[in-house]
Amino acid sequence: MGLNFISSILFATVVAGTPLIIVALGELVTEKAGVLNLGAEGTMSVGAVAAFAVAHHTGNPFLGILAGMGAGILMSLLFGISALTLMANQVASGLALSIFGVGLSAFIGKPYESVALASVEPIRIPLLHKIPLFGPALFEQQGLVYFSWVLIVLVAWFLYRTKAGLVLRAVGESPVSAHSIGYGVVKIRYQAVLFGGAMAGIGGAFMSVFYTPMWVEGMVAGRGWIALSLVVFATWRPARVMIGAYLFGGCMIAQMFVQGSGVRINIPAQALSAMPYAATVLVLVLISRNRSTIRLNSPASLGQTFLPDA
Amino acid sequence: MWLKFEQRPEPSKTMSYLSPLLAVALMFLSGLILFLVLGKSPVEGFKVFFLNPIKDSYGIAELFLKATPLMLCAVGLSVGFKANVWNIGAEGQLLIGALVGGGLALHFDGSTSPFLLPGMIVAGALGGMAWAAIPAFLRTRFNANEILTSLMLVYIAELVVSWLVHGPWKDPDGFNFPQTKLLSAKATLPILLEGTRVNAALLLGIGALLVGWIFMNKSFLGYQMKVAGQAEHAGRYAGFSAKRSVWIGMLAGGAMAGIAGISEVSGPIGQITEHISPGYGFAAMIVAFVGRLSPIGIFFSSLLMALLYMGGEQAQQYLNLPSSISKVFQGMLLFFLLGSDVFINFRLRLVRRRK
Amino acid sequence: MKTRNLALATLAGAVLCSTALTAAEPVKVGFVYVSPVGDAGWTYQHDLGRKQMEAALKGQVTTKFIENVPEGADAERIIRQLAQDGNQIIFTTSFGYMNPTEKVSKTFPKVTFFHATGYKSGANMGIYNARFYEGRYLNGVIAGKMSKTNVAGYVAAFPIPEVVMGINAFARGMKSVNPKAEVRVIWVNSWFDPGKEREAAMTLIAQGADMITHHTDSTAVVQAAEEKHKEKGTWAFSYHSDMAKYGPTAQLSGTTHVWGEFYIRTIKEVLDKKWKGTNVWGGMKEGMIQLAPMSKSVPADLQKQIVKLEGEIKTGKLHPFAGPVVDQEGKERVAKGKNMSDSDMNAMNYYVQGVASAFPKN
Repeated sequence: MGLNFISSILFATVVAGTPLIIVALGELVTEKAGVLNLGAEGTMSVGAVAAFAVAHHTGNPFLGILAGMGAGILMSLLFGISALTLMANQVASGLALSIFGVGLSAFIGKPYESVALASVEPIRIPLLHKIPLFGPALFEQQGLVYFSWVLIVLVAWFLYRTKAGLVLRAVGESPVSAHSIGYGVVKIRYQAVLFGGAMAGIGGAFMSVFYTPMWVEGMVAGRGWIALSLVVFATWRPARVMIGAYLFGGCMIAQMFVQGSGVRINIPAQALSAMPYAATVLVLVLISRNRSTIRLNSPASLGQTFLPDA
Repeated sequence: MWLKFEQRPEPSKTMSYLSPLLAVALMFLSGLILFLVLGKSPVEGFKVFFLNPIKDSYGIAELFLKATPLMLCAVGLSVGFKANVWNIGAEGQLLIGALVGGGLALHFDGSTSPFLLPGMIVAGALGGMAWAAIPAFLRTRFNANEILTSLMLVYIAELVVSWLVHGPWKDPDGFNFPQTKLLSAKATLPILLEGTRVNAALLLGIGALLVGWIFMNKSFLGYQMKVAGQAEHAGRYAGFSAKRSVWIGMLAGGAMAGIAGISEVSGPIGQITEHISPGYGFAAMIVAFVGRLSPIGIFFSSLLMALLYMGGEQAQQYLNLPSSISKVFQGMLLFFLLGSDVFINFRLRLVRRRK
Repeated sequence: MKTRNLALATLAGAVLCSTALTAAEPVKVGFVYVSPVGDAGWTYQHDLGRKQMEAALKGQVTTKFIENVPEGADAERIIRQLAQDGNQIIFTTSFGYMNPTEKVSKTFPKVTFFHATGYKSGANMGIYNARFYEGRYLNGVIAGKMSKTNVAGYVAAFPIPEVVMGINAFARGMKSVNPKAEVRVIWVNSWFDPGKEREAAMTLIAQGADMITHHTDSTAVVQAAEEKHKEKGTWAFSYHSDMAKYGPTAQLSGTTHVWGEFYIRTIKEVLDKKWKGTNVWGGMKEGMIQLAPMSKSVPADLQKQIVKLEGEIKTGKLHPFAGPVVDQEGKERVAKGKNMSDSDMNAMNYYVQGVASAFPKN
């Protein structure tokens, strides 16, 4: 077990965590505005297929990302119409989006299941990527990996350092008072939802265009749901989303490394595969146990429908 | 001039009945448009998708067979949903119910006791309840969000099933393939209609609907749950703790999902495999909503949902469309329902734009 | 008008099919697939077989397939419907369809059913499967000769005998030419999850495997090897399908399933009323397993050796599990001079020497 070995664990962990970070940050902003959108799995799926299709037809992965983002926005618009304009139950609307999105992606993705996409060269930061141990993990990655880091900073800055962010949080805390001082609650929530959709779409694009790269039905494989739980895991703090995503990715990679090392351990493979899910439950419990940590960060109006004239 | 939603003085009864019908109508309409866009004749498409599956008595029996687990899961979930308890892990509870009930049958393999089958069903219900008790406990004791914990437990339940059928419970004469022995005749639910697969589980489903109806409409506990769902404060005034509704909601969902699971194992499947449920626990959430969280509504919506599944199979065979079209329809149905529900509490008003 | 068409059709049918004179109308043949056909993998190979058969028996048969059929309670309805729709021969191509196929076969005694990879048969239900391990062994020989690190990585789905057999055959092939060789296995607990399959492949590569193969259904593993080929010199062996398209440089060879000939032969037997309940487990001899074409990176003398070994497998001179077969713990499973029996192979739940990972204990 040399340096190389650890270096590859780190590298793989960062890659596996990236789509989770991007999607979870989008959802975090949505939830900060008081909206719970459970549709991430469906949105990611549609984003993935749209991105793959466009990247395939144009040969340009960047346009693929844009397409994924656009598809994600359209999907979350559906959610917005249902949960914001028509004031339907958010949990139900999100579920509908997930089921619909997974089905729709399989449906429109049919012709792309037999298509191969060339893998995209990573962006190497000169010199830095040669640093032992951390070099490849931090400085020899796909553009979207760097994007995920920038996004963390941007989201944190937006939420806690800008007026717009303050308003968004106010809307999530108490939509009634935000409304009474003249802020357009529904409009702000729409923006937050659409941002969440855009990020879920980009997360999907990362899966199909950069990560695997291929499109097949069901390839998102539950990552949308994991991203949702990461938001709670992170107690709605952007930086902690990153920690959670890498822990989760790391769990998956670590169990593979244990298997692949040829070290003989007699644990059922299923037990290893269950680890990340069990860990998420455990962390949820640890965080939620103390009501004050939850109350400090959790948006007070999360999941509640806002009736403008009520 | 623009349109504006205006709150009704009180929710419209008429609309709450009309809205599911409106949703179904809208789904049919967009289905027709979808068939047109795909270059299929809409009439033909409609016929294949919605009529073909039930063109003979076998098809109708299959429809009820398919609707049974949906009905069971949905009626259990509706109890929690009414009180704003969001158990989205019925799929996992279904699997554990199937395991516990099926495990009992395997343990007493060859038994001819008349108590075996009822025992399996009770065991299935207990299994589902046990799995649902985890998120209930974590919610009431540690305040952990039940949406996320119940969902994570679905993945874990799937892995438990996988482990058992690949390992300890594997059929010793099954060439190491991942499945248990076939259950004996005594451990199999009796068929209701000779020549079809529809079995006694349907009666359990209908029984569950009845019990659900009595609980929600005739019992004080059910009333308290409803009140707690409408407003937490009101619930507290009525002397009802939020913890209690979490427990009742989760356990009801778990018990019914567990029964659904064991009914599949001792019904059409006849053994425990890795493929007990094609997502009934998730689809049941749509069934519950489309059925207005009411037992009568759930009866009809579970049949509709089953029809959507079977229609997808038909569409693949006779229209050359991918079977995922079922999910598209299911998603649309729920969206349309949620959309039309707005008219229960609001009406549209034409208003002059303010300056 | 109608009668004339019918007459024409009868005439055409009579001209086209000399064997089945009675069949004026083409016989309907149905296939049930477990996943979408896609572009590679288990189902794709069955569909290639279906197409090959349809072309060869033009005029005698029409075919229909239903893909993505879940292996639960729904399968029975779909199989039954195919029978009811007048399909005379039905192939169900995944293990989970065994019990539903058996049930339906009893209700439709005039229809002939074939189930792939199972173990239940009947008067009108046959079984078929292929000796995938023969191809694996030869892939292992290539890997053993060409590996620089002496480590091969194997991404596998579930520890059922068919998969274990493949791992063991690969290890034995590798070890037969390279005593230092070892095979490491990662179980991904899924037949199909390209993300996980890729991660598993990358993990194995990072841990020193320069030969990579898989028993999962996507092309992700071969693609991963292709990506790492330049940097790490990783080579790949495809499974199910020839995946050279996805690993133009990295793929050395592979084990390819070929069902077409089998389908043609079997259907002819049924049409000629010569079929009587069979359990076909065919290998290279029967043409049901082929090596994916060896790439030009395989040295010429090694290619020659492989072709020779392939011939020996076909004649039965070489058996991948010829004794002595010793398992990981050092226990002798097959004595010297004997070949492992088919039933022992089908119950294989241990690793042979040469596999470094622990056998997943369930």
